Amino acid sequence: MSRNENLLEVDGLRTVFDTSEGVVRAVDGVDVTVRRGECLGVVGESGSGKSVTFSSVMGLVRSPGRIESGAIRFEGQDLTRLSTREMRAIRGRDISMTMQDALTALNPALTVGEQLSEMLDAHDDDLPARGAARRRAIRDRSVEMLRLVGIPSPESRLGQYPHEFSGGMRQRIMIAIALAPGPKLLIADEPTTALDVTIQAQVLELISDIRARLGMSVVLITHDLGVVAEHCDRVMVMYAGQVVEEGSTVDVISNPQHPYTRGLLGSIPRLSLRGKPIRPIQGQVPNLVGLPPQCRFYSRCPERTDACLQSVEMRSVGPDRRARCIALTQEEVA
Amino acid sequence: MSLGKLAERLLHLVPVLLGVSVIVFLMMALTPGDPVDIMIGDQNVTPQQEQAMREDLGLDLPVHRQFFVFLGNAVQGDFGTSFYHRRPVLDVIVERLPATIELSLVALIIALVTAIPLGVLAAIRRNSILDKMATVGSLLGVSLPGFWFGILLLMLFAVHLQLLPVSGRIGFDSEIEPITHFLLIDTLLRGRPDAFWDALKHILLPAITLGLPMTAILMRVTRTSMLEVMRQDYIVFAEAKGLKRGRILFRHALKNALIPTVSVAAIETGSLLGGNMIVETVFGWPGLGRLVVESVFLRNYPLVQAAVLFYAVTYVLLNFIADILYTTLNPRVKL
Repeated sequence: MSRNENLLEVDGLRTVFDTSEGVVRAVDGVDVTVRRGECLGVVGESGSGKSVTFSSVMGLVRSPGRIESGAIRFEGQDLTRLSTREMRAIRGRDISMTMQDALTALNPALTVGEQLSEMLDAHDDDLPARGAARRRAIRDRSVEMLRLVGIPSPESRLGQYPHEFSGGMRQRIMIAIALAPGPKLLIADEPTTALDVTIQAQVLELISDIRARLGMSVVLITHDLGVVAEHCDRVMVMYAGQVVEEGSTVDVISNPQHPYTRGLLGSIPRLSLRGKPIRPIQGQVPNLVGLPPQCRFYSRCPERTDACLQSVEMRSVGPDRRARCIALTQEEVA
Repeated sequence: MSLGKLAERLLHLVPVLLGVSVIVFLMMALTPGDPVDIMIGDQNVTPQQEQAMREDLGLDLPVHRQFFVFLGNAVQGDFGTSFYHRRPVLDVIVERLPATIELSLVALIIALVTAIPLGVLAAIRRNSILDKMATVGSLLGVSLPGFWFGILLLMLFAVHLQLLPVSGRIGFDSEIEPITHFLLIDTLLRGRPDAFWDALKHILLPAITLGLPMTAILMRVTRTSMLEVMRQDYIVFAEAKGLKRGRILFRHALKNALIPTVSVAAIETGSLLGGNMIVETVFGWPGLGRLVVESVFLRNYPLVQAAVLFYAVTYVLLNFIADILYTTLNPRVKL
């Protein structure tokens, strides 16, 4: 794989939070690769570190959190070494983000038009330098963006506030804002969790559609494997701050290697398994303070053995396919 | 904001004013001391003369009759005659009002321009030395009694350092022909920068004393709401957009954080009126507050009555203004 193919490469990222109970290792040695034009699904329970991983990429980890170590290379440039100002120029322009709930992500006191145009004002270099021409160009681009995400009669809606839109519309507006400067990477953090099922499909279609049209890469953070199956080229499964499995969506779903991935797939209700009980994963995500160096899934794993009490690295289990389970290595060795 | 709502608010005034009138009347009736006795003082007066004075002032009637006489006159816009000034109380009040309004406005401005930046700074540098100093300072500001703090300021700046005058609104040399009766404006309109400077020096200490508790309250409100707002998703999203820090703080955060601050400021402006009585007395400020204090001591019933009603109206109007400001700043709320 040529280096140029990878838009984003995260190596050994450790993001920790200093709390009164100790250091919470929210992201503990995570590697991520996002290729140009692809959609990467990131799956995991709440607290698995999926959102913190990508907040780290955006440089948005706030105190008491901090990036302890690791490299985040975007187009070959290590973002962890950039100054605040340099990072600000990349946020929005090159890497953009949407949040789970547009109702809280959009500022209630500012009009939709202002929130859209300030993004263009901050990042769009193709606009006239200043004055009325710039303002007009920004307005035209704003209208264009709202039309792109399917807001009817956008001209008249620029002056409205977020609460004057429906939930699905707000989500579209947030996407329009995130996409306005034409980013190379969109991080969509649970883009559909806050939406009705019917609107969910529309919003995901919209993201897929725009991705194809603009040729950008998308990271889709979700806990819904169904969404991943439908929209992502590759998938990365996270558990307790680590990646436990990754590979092409088809491979991971049809042939899961890690017991946790199998557990996730087993807990989805399916028509083909009608009548059989859903098998939820027993137990809870471990506390991330002072974890022993064993497999993190140990306490919940139906297939655990004493061999799991040692630390486990990611293993290559096929072309472009990795998983973090000691049983796999043993099988291969045998 | 519909006209109907406006009318509704104005109707609210009626029971408020009626209630306030009853309370003030009762309290004055129950307070020991008699205006006629005070007026007579040490002079030799025959009982007949004294009786004539009482009849003249309407004090010979039973209290409930006095009240209805007052009410009947008040609804026609006649609030009675000041016992002491022998002029309609309304005239006396209107004469003193500009000094009080000017002092209150300057106190309000001082409070706003110090409290908001301090509150924002304390919030964005949370737990810093500055934040802690501001927190302790605001606690002091709320708890220090105005008369004591005012006297301290007087001792320091007027007596020891002799930088500022002790009392009054303006020096003798700077007296000017009034236009608006707001001296800070009139001196400039008359082209007298020296007199303006003199008026400013006079108003500074009383305005600081008057504005101190409000500054403290507004600072805390601003700090708290700023901290609250900075935790919101829309601030994270604004950061994710790569906006400049100034824009995030002042456009995205402050616009939301100011909603409670402005409402509290409008309501607290009402409490400036109460503070005025003390501050005006300490600094010899010729405003309504001092007039009311003097009138209470002289048992000048009509004037106290009218002034308290005026305070009540102002308070209700300020609450009303607070609501209007709240809706203006917060697009989610419609009156």
